Amino acid sequence: MDVEVIKTYLPLYNEAILLTVRLGWFGILAAFGIGLLGSVIQYFRIPVLRKIAAVYIEVFRNTPLLVQLFFIYFALPKIGIKISAESCGILGLGLIGGAYMTETLRSGLESIDKIQHESALSLGMTKRQVFFYIILPQAFSVSIPGIVANLIFLLKETSVFSTISLMDLMFTSKDLIGMYAKTIECLFLLVIYYLIMLLPVSVLGTIIERRARYAQFGD
Amino acid sequence: MHSLGIDVLLKGTNMLRLLKGLWVSVEISLISVVISIVLGLVVGALMTSKNKLLKAFLRLYLETVRIMPQMVLLFIVYFGSTRVFGLNITAELSAIIVFVFWGTAEMGDLVRGSIKSIPKIQYDSAYALGMGKFQVYYYIIFPQTIRRLLPLSINLVTRMIKTTSLVMMIGIVEVLKVAQQIIEANRRSSPNAAFGVFAVVFLLYFIVCWPITRLATSLEKRWE
Repeated sequence: MDVEVIKTYLPLYNEAILLTVRLGWFGILAAFGIGLLGSVIQYFRIPVLRKIAAVYIEVFRNTPLLVQLFFIYFALPKIGIKISAESCGILGLGLIGGAYMTETLRSGLESIDKIQHESALSLGMTKRQVFFYIILPQAFSVSIPGIVANLIFLLKETSVFSTISLMDLMFTSKDLIGMYAKTIECLFLLVIYYLIMLLPVSVLGTIIERRARYAQFGD
Repeated sequence: MHSLGIDVLLKGTNMLRLLKGLWVSVEISLISVVISIVLGLVVGALMTSKNKLLKAFLRLYLETVRIMPQMVLLFIVYFGSTRVFGLNITAELSAIIVFVFWGTAEMGDLVRGSIKSIPKIQYDSAYALGMGKFQVYYYIIFPQTIRRLLPLSINLVTRMIKTTSLVMMIGIVEVLKVAQQIIEANRRSSPNAAFGVFAVVFLLYFIVCWPITRLATSLEKRWE
C-alpha cells in the first residue's frame, strides 16, 4: 500500500463522503416525514388515503432502490419529468425510506395499549392531545430499534447513488480503480470512509436504544 | 409522439432476454440463500455458545456485515481478490461469495434470536418429563424455533433478490443491464423506450418479491 497515493486521493474521498452525507441527510429527513405521515394515515385508518399508503408501501418495499432510481432518473424524463441527479437521489432514498419508516412507526403506534388511550381520554384530554402527548412519544420510543436499523439501512443504500453518476464514495473508487489501478489503496479508503460514516450511527444507535428501553412505560 | 417502449419489448426476443436477465439475479440469490441458511444455522447455534472469544469474534463478523454496504463487499471481493491474492474469480462467484458472507451473518442472527426467544421453562419442563437431550431439542425446541424462523428467513430471500440488483456494478449481465442494452439498441427507432423498459423491470421485481413477502406475512400471522 502506497501512503503517497492515499494522500493524493484523500481530497477526492472527502468530497465524496460530503456528497453522500448531504444527500443521505435530506433523504432520511424526507423518509422520516413520509413515514410519520404514512403511519398516522394507517393508524387512524383514514379511508382512501390508507389504501394509497398501503400500495405505496408494498411497491417500494418490494423493489430495489437501484431499480427505483433508474426509473426516476432515466425513465421519468421520457414523459417530461426531469429531475437532477442529486434531487433524484434524495427522492429515491426518501421514497424507499418512507415505506420502511411507515411500517416501523405504524407497528410502534399499534403496540401501545388501548388502555393508554382510554385513560388519557378519561382524564379529559382531547383526541389530538392524546395522540401527541400520550401515544406518539411512547410509540416513538418503542420504534427506536427499528428506526436505527432503518437509518443504517438507508445510509448503506446510498452506495447505489453511484449508478446515476453521482460522485459518491463508490463512484470515486470505481473511477480511480479504472484509471490508475491503485486497487488496494482505493478499497482501503472506501472501507475506512464507510466506517467513518456508519460506525458512529451504529454506536449511537445502540446507546439510544438502551436509553429508550428505560423510557418505556411500566417496566 | 414516440411510443413509450412497450413495443420495443415485444420486438424479437427482447422480453425473453429481459426475463433471462431476471433469472440471473434470482439464480444468484437462490444459490446464496440456500448456502446462507445452512451456514447460518451453524453460525446461529455457535452464537448462543458460552465461549467468550467465539462470541466476540462472531459479534465482530455480524457488525462488519451490518455496517458495510453490500456494494463495498462486492468491490472488495471482485477487485481486491485479484490484486491481493492473484486469484481470478468470476463476477458470478464473487457475487455468491459476498451474498453468502452477508446472508450467513443475517441468518445466524435470526437463528440466535429464535433460539434465545424460547423460554428456559420449555427446556426445564421437558427435562422434568424425563425426555433426553435429543428428544427435548427434536420435539420441543426445534418446532418452536422453526415457526419463528421461517417467516424471517423467507423475508431474507426477498432482501437477497433485491440486493442482487447490485451485481450489475461488477459487470454481470442481469435484468437491468439487459434493459440498458435493449434501450441502447433501439435508441434511434424509439428514443423513449427507457420509460417502458424500466417500468417493466420495476414491475418484474415487484412481481417476484411481493408474493414471497406476502407468504412470510401470512405465515407470521398464522403462527403467532
